[in-house]
Amino acid sequence: MSLAVADTGAAAPLSAADQAQVLAVVERLRDLPGALLPILHAIQDALGHVPAAAVPIVAQGLNLSRAEVHGVISFYHHFRSEPPGRHVLQLCRAEACQAMGARALEHRLRERLRIGFHETTADGAVTLEPVYCLGNCACAPSAMLDGEVRGRLGADALDQWLDDCGVAR
Amino acid sequence: MNASPTPVRVYVPLDTSARAVGADAVARAIAAEAERRGLPLTVVRNGSRGMFWLEPLVEVEAPAGRIGYGPVAVADVPALFEAGFLAGGAHRLRVGAVAELAYFRNQERLCFSRIGTIDPLDLEDYRAHGGWAGLERALAMDGAAIVQAVLDSGLRGRGGAAFPAGIKWKTVLGAEAGQKYIVCNADEGDSGTFSDRMIFEGDPYRLIEGMAIAGLAVGATQGYVYLRSEYPLAFALFREAIDRARAAGWIGADVCGSGRRFELDVRMGAGAYVCGEETSLLESLEGKRGQVRFKPPLPALKGLFGRPTVINNVITLASVPDILAHGAEWYRDYGVGRSRGTLPLQLGGNIRYGGLIEKAFGLTLRELLYDYGGGSASGRPIRAVQVGGPLGAYLPESQFDTPIDYEAFAAIGAMLGHGGIVVFDDTVDMAEQARFAMEFCAIESCGKCTPCRIGSTRGVEVVARIQAAREVERNTALLRSLCDTMLNGSLCALGGLTPYPVLSALNHFPEDFRPRDHAQVA
Ligand SMILES: Cc1cc2nc3c(=O)[nH]c(=O)nc-3n(C[C@H](O)[C@H](O)[C@H](O)COP(=O)(O)O)c2cc1C
Ligand code: SF4
Ligand code: FES
Repeated sequence: MSLAVADTGAAAPLSAADQAQVLAVVERLRDLPGALLPILHAIQDALGHVPAAAVPIVAQGLNLSRAEVHGVISFYHHFRSEPPGRHVLQLCRAEACQAMGARALEHRLRERLRIGFHETTADGAVTLEPVYCLGNCACAPSAMLDGEVRGRLGADALDQWLDDCGVAR
Repeated sequence: MNASPTPVRVYVPLDTSARAVGADAVARAIAAEAERRGLPLTVVRNGSRGMFWLEPLVEVEAPAGRIGYGPVAVADVPALFEAGFLAGGAHRLRVGAVAELAYFRNQERLCFSRIGTIDPLDLEDYRAHGGWAGLERALAMDGAAIVQAVLDSGLRGRGGAAFPAGIKWKTVLGAEAGQKYIVCNADEGDSGTFSDRMIFEGDPYRLIEGMAIAGLAVGATQGYVYLRSEYPLAFALFREAIDRARAAGWIGADVCGSGRRFELDVRMGAGAYVCGEETSLLESLEGKRGQVRFKPPLPALKGLFGRPTVINNVITLASVPDILAHGAEWYRDYGVGRSRGTLPLQLGGNIRYGGLIEKAFGLTLRELLYDYGGGSASGRPIRAVQVGGPLGAYLPESQFDTPIDYEAFAAIGAMLGHGGIVVFDDTVDMAEQARFAMEFCAIESCGKCTPCRIGSTRGVEVVARIQAAREVERNTALLRSLCDTMLNGSLCALGGLTPYPVLSALNHFPEDFRPRDHAQVA
């Protein structure tokens, strides 16, 4: 086991518990045809992100190079390499939501959170991510708040949610 | 002591959009209030009827039929009980018999026949409403006869390109023997579309049945559904549906005791729009970066893991059971010209009555926008609609009489795509929409070809310069030539069609690309 940790190069090492989780995921799913995406999903579901230190473990388990695994992680918008904040706000930026005021919500969020997309507030409270359609286009504008889709989302409801997350007005 | 009365069935949708506007809390409140009053009732979580302005739409199985109330808020629940809604009583939110509402009654719901009426995961409900009839029919036919039925139905792919499904199936049937695959494209990335999602959440066995029939038709024993990560609820429900269908013997090692095999698995995408493109999707299923492949070879001959593969959209596959059950002619009788059958249209954005409208091809955009949609949500004039997702053209009012028909749309330089219609009122800034189209292409480009990867980034800059009133004429000419390069030099439709929203905005709404008249008060 120490091998996998020593092998991660510059990446911050995984805690023993996280490493055990990653190893278990790889062990459980490696024999699926096209196993890499299911494995990355399972790691992100368990740890909130796919840490750089997990890459060599996954690569070894699937007999791929680290560059290949890294290339796949970086290709897909869904996978994060950094841990998210305590809350994740995914705002829909696509056309149907634009038609119902999503751009104004985006401005409001940038102002209040003082961050851009793919960033986390300094206190670690909220990560802001873009999403392009949640299939809720008839009840726009939409966002996914900690994994739950919310529709007909006004600025007030969004502000309320941020208040509940402990974000200062 | 009296025997306890049979519990009334109350339907509260579990659909993502219904939940997004509070359906879960309403379902809990109804159950709690019933308990408090000692009234026996069963809360059934159905799919949505697709009349989203009414969500959460609560339906009660009353003596007079299914009576609807909506949109219901938690605060309305006690008053609904007071009004005797369990027997269909009068209340401000009562909309009457749901199936009789004009919006619903005037549709031709084939693919969506069960959605909103049944319990999506209940196998008995599915069977009682005509489920598995197509599969049973197919089990008595040989592969070539199934393929012929799909050919004769005139069914064209509903994912965007509208390629005849039967021709694709025929190629796979005739391909070299050995492992073949059925892949369902459930990436549904187009803004303004949610029909695939509604199938997963409202009638998932329909897709399973369609895929099993496809497997029997071409001799494929393994199916995969590639479902986007933005639809976690659809994913969870579909997983459960696969397990239940397998346990009941509808799929698996011995389909309905026929001795034939069809295994099914669902995989989650990872937030890449381009993975809706079929070859990119196959790369992704194989566990790689979702880069588009060169064609040929066609996926029908060398698809998933290099094997012959049918890849179809959810709605294409979900249309197949009825074609088998009722016959190719029955399906063909709907529609116009070379657009046969029905299309589930999806009205979203700035529209008063947004929702799912399944109709035979041939009605006009105007009928959809005004007769169904009731005009804009804001009450302001509708200025532009984008049909067919982010790669579709923006259409001005003068084109609203175009019939919903693949060829009629192609004739005006537009496309129906997956049937999404996004509505904008007169506050829209079309230069900003054009800039976004380029930005979206830049974000989602798979990076394989230069016109798309670099062209879109340059496109964002050029539109921004026009918006800033810098050398407008020169930059407009530059934008057109950039679009030309992308149109002609891109490997797939992401780079190749992004010029459509851009150029249609420029051509139909040129005033938005001219320097603003600063004297004018906004
Ligand atoms: C950029 C891009 C995105 C696409 N997205 C989807 C999608 O989300 N769903 C889909 O069914 N087809 C999508 N397509 C079309 C597919 O490439 C392909 O035509 C379709 O899966 C074939 O199935 P059908 O014949 O049943 O429509 C997309 C195409 C492109 C170029
Ligand atoms: S057009 Fe864009 S998305 Fe399509 S293959 Fe080329 S780079 Fe990839
Ligand atoms: S565009 Fe935002 S949910 Fe579809």
